[in-house]
Amino acid sequence: MIRLLPTLFLCAAGALGLFTACDSANTENVVNGDVAGEVYVPPGEYDEFYAFLSGGYSGQVTVYGLPSGRLFREIPVFSQYPENGYGYSEETKPLFQTSFGFVPWDDTHHIELSQTDGEFDGRWLFVNGNNTPRIARVDLRTFETVEILEIPFVAGLHCAPFITQNSEYLVSGTRFSVPIPQEDVAIDSYAENFDGAINYVSVDPESGEMTLAFQILVPGFNYDLARNGKGKSHGWSFLTTYNSEQAHSLLEINASQKDKDLMAVVNWKRAEEYLEQGTFETRNISYSHNLVDESSGIATSGEETSVRMINPADAPGVVYFLPVPKSPHGCDIDPTGEYIVGNGKLSADLSVYSFDKIQQAIKDENYEGDFEGIPIISYEAAIEGVVKEPGLGPLHTEFDGRGNAYTTFFISSEVVKWNVETKEVLDRQPTFYSPGHLVIPGGETTKPDGKYLVAMNKITKDRYLPTGPELVHSAQLFDISGEKMRLLLDFPTKGEPHYAQAIAADKVMPNVKKFYALEENTHPYVAKGEGKAKVERDGNEIHVYMTAIRSHLAPDNIEGIRVGDEVYFHLTNLEQDWDVPHGFAVLGNNNAELLVMPGQTRTLKWEPQRVGVFPFYCTDFCSALHQEMSGYVRVSPKGSNVALKWGLNENLSEKDMLSQAEEDGDGSM
Amino acid sequence: MKNLLFTLGLSFLAFACGNPENDGTDSSAPPQSMIEDPDPGIATGKGIGEVKTVELTEPLNQDMLEMGESIYQMKCAACHKLTDQRVVGPGWAGITNRRKPEWIMNMITNVDIMLAEDPEAQKLLEECLTRMPNQNVSVGDARDILEFMRKNDVEKVGERDQAVEEG
Repeated sequence: MIRLLPTLFLCAAGALGLFTACDSANTENVVNGDVAGEVYVPPGEYDEFYAFLSGGYSGQVTVYGLPSGRLFREIPVFSQYPENGYGYSEETKPLFQTSFGFVPWDDTHHIELSQTDGEFDGRWLFVNGNNTPRIARVDLRTFETVEILEIPFVAGLHCAPFITQNSEYLVSGTRFSVPIPQEDVAIDSYAENFDGAINYVSVDPESGEMTLAFQILVPGFNYDLARNGKGKSHGWSFLTTYNSEQAHSLLEINASQKDKDLMAVVNWKRAEEYLEQGTFETRNISYSHNLVDESSGIATSGEETSVRMINPADAPGVVYFLPVPKSPHGCDIDPTGEYIVGNGKLSADLSVYSFDKIQQAIKDENYEGDFEGIPIISYEAAIEGVVKEPGLGPLHTEFDGRGNAYTTFFISSEVVKWNVETKEVLDRQPTFYSPGHLVIPGGETTKPDGKYLVAMNKITKDRYLPTGPELVHSAQLFDISGEKMRLLLDFPTKGEPHYAQAIAADKVMPNVKKFYALEENTHPYVAKGEGKAKVERDGNEIHVYMTAIRSHLAPDNIEGIRVGDEVYFHLTNLEQDWDVPHGFAVLGNNNAELLVMPGQTRTLKWEPQRVGVFPFYCTDFCSALHQEMSGYVRVSPKGSNVALKWGLNENLSEKDMLSQAEEDGDGSM
Repeated sequence: MKNLLFTLGLSFLAFACGNPENDGTDSSAPPQSMIEDPDPGIATGKGIGEVKTVELTEPLNQDMLEMGESIYQMKCAACHKLTDQRVVGPGWAGITNRRKPEWIMNMITNVDIMLAEDPEAQKLLEECLTRMPNQNVSVGDARDILEFMRKNDVEKVGERDQAVEEG
């Protein structure tokens, strides 16, 4: 079985006229010698790299170590995460707010790490939400999602959020063109009524906060992937598109008619000049901007109401098109910034363009026509060379910093190494099976660390013990330090990773926060010390200021809650040491638990439905007496005059809380 | 579950009775696997850590003890009462008469090493069965807490600093 499937795959590839790795396709042949030691990280030692993988339809991001392939953490981003209460706690719910309301799921595709001078700086991670267009920012000190910005006027933000070499902008484009603004029109009026937008989100160099700086109105294609220039090409963006046919149905046939589609080439520095001159239209539209306040840990959802839109017709020199063979997907730029690789999914060749030649063609106005007034640069004038028949179904390319490029081939299921200058194929290795993206640490920057390559495969089949119809996706680690690539390891991943980025551990590890300082906690319901623990009633709202420390919650006995109340448990973790979270759950609660980091305050809303006495407890095994870390809340009928009382290590029946009861108007002590 | 906890408790005891290895379940203490000469702080009763000598103020410093009290309320009060009642940890009444000021401050600021190596700290762990957490208190803040303890001792037991040796 293990040998049968690769054979099947390659025979299919062979039938399509491909003869690539047919004779070396089984694992026994591709793993040479004892490679286990090369991926083994002994107990107590660390991996050399962090790898951040998108989760695809999980909506999250996962963190792995390389070379071990060990999973360290899943960072919840666009999907609710009951495991720690993300998206359920009152503090984090606002992150999910959009112009469509609360959207608790999305589809993450492309990870982009912040850069300074064309290198990763280890500060932030950005990732797109494809379905309801959004970009999220994760703080790499805490590995928590701290900001989510909705992108208006677009649909399907697949082509995102590609970063510039000093993190000036995150560039994105619409996957699905739609009427801008949205209106009720016939679907088959696509060519007439549908448009695309290319979006430039600026990143504050100090805080990392995102702002939608401007958008560019472009023809209604499907904008697919992008890269920004670096070095000599800094200031330019390159976005592949498909469906220049402008089909609106059966795209697999109707959007694959033309020999060449178009890559958008954008001069964003020129766009900035137009903005400065006022050459833009202010479009009013509502979109959400959700931001976490660092000291309180509370996210708030704000509304943005307008965007600056540049129309290329009014702003010549901002957008050009460049023909790319056959439905291109990946668009990647080598570390020098000179070579731009366009991967046509349905082409057997790779097109390599020269930035210098593009510039010359623009200067000479060497165009082969225009699309809706946007000049189409001559293919012949811009092309540097073609990698001839390297494989079938090229998708994505990364670089090793030694003059080599590595491209995944989905259909022929392999990674191919080729020389950027000579366009010569140097090596090919099969993957199991059908890789999408690949990642080399720093592989899209000016300084790749060309030691390892990870291919993220779309099809798993027989690679692991079977788990029913649904299988994990498989990643494969190659050593690329030598002439030939060497397969070292398979490891399972979560969701469906699309793109990933990897960074040297020493750029992230020294900045990682171990706990939140209690002194700096500005949460309005913080209890800075057990003496501040209390319960307050405001109408039918109950606020419990609760503290947790090994091994008790305070207060742990609460009475005077009534059916119909909205009870907010504000739990402050009083610990001030690394790796001592406390959890909180209460019987019958309709959402999730809380997991509260040391020094943090998190809030769970509970609406008790029944009369009775309900336990709550710490969900994280925190100490030898963790099982004892629990309490009771008494729920009385609506309108009951049972007094509001709370305590720890005392009998509430004997406790006089007269002043509180008086304030409350109960007077029933 | 009771059995499980009892077993856990026993393993804590075993650990506390002289095995300097980290117990692995409850702490971020680095493993103390090197067998070295015992720290001189053990014999002197000053404990192990960066606090070697403490200058005691006379009279008590009001600013320090107020600061100490606010840190106590935030980071210590959940486990330590100001009376002699033990809850999670020992009550504080009379502590400066039982422990040298250096020991107290080392216990606050260097608790993982103290629990791993200091026999007096280990005795407390045997009694209390919950490891005192590292609350990331600076040496300066620990000094303020000590001042507050001295005031508390005067109020609760009528005398303070009896554990300090003359000269």
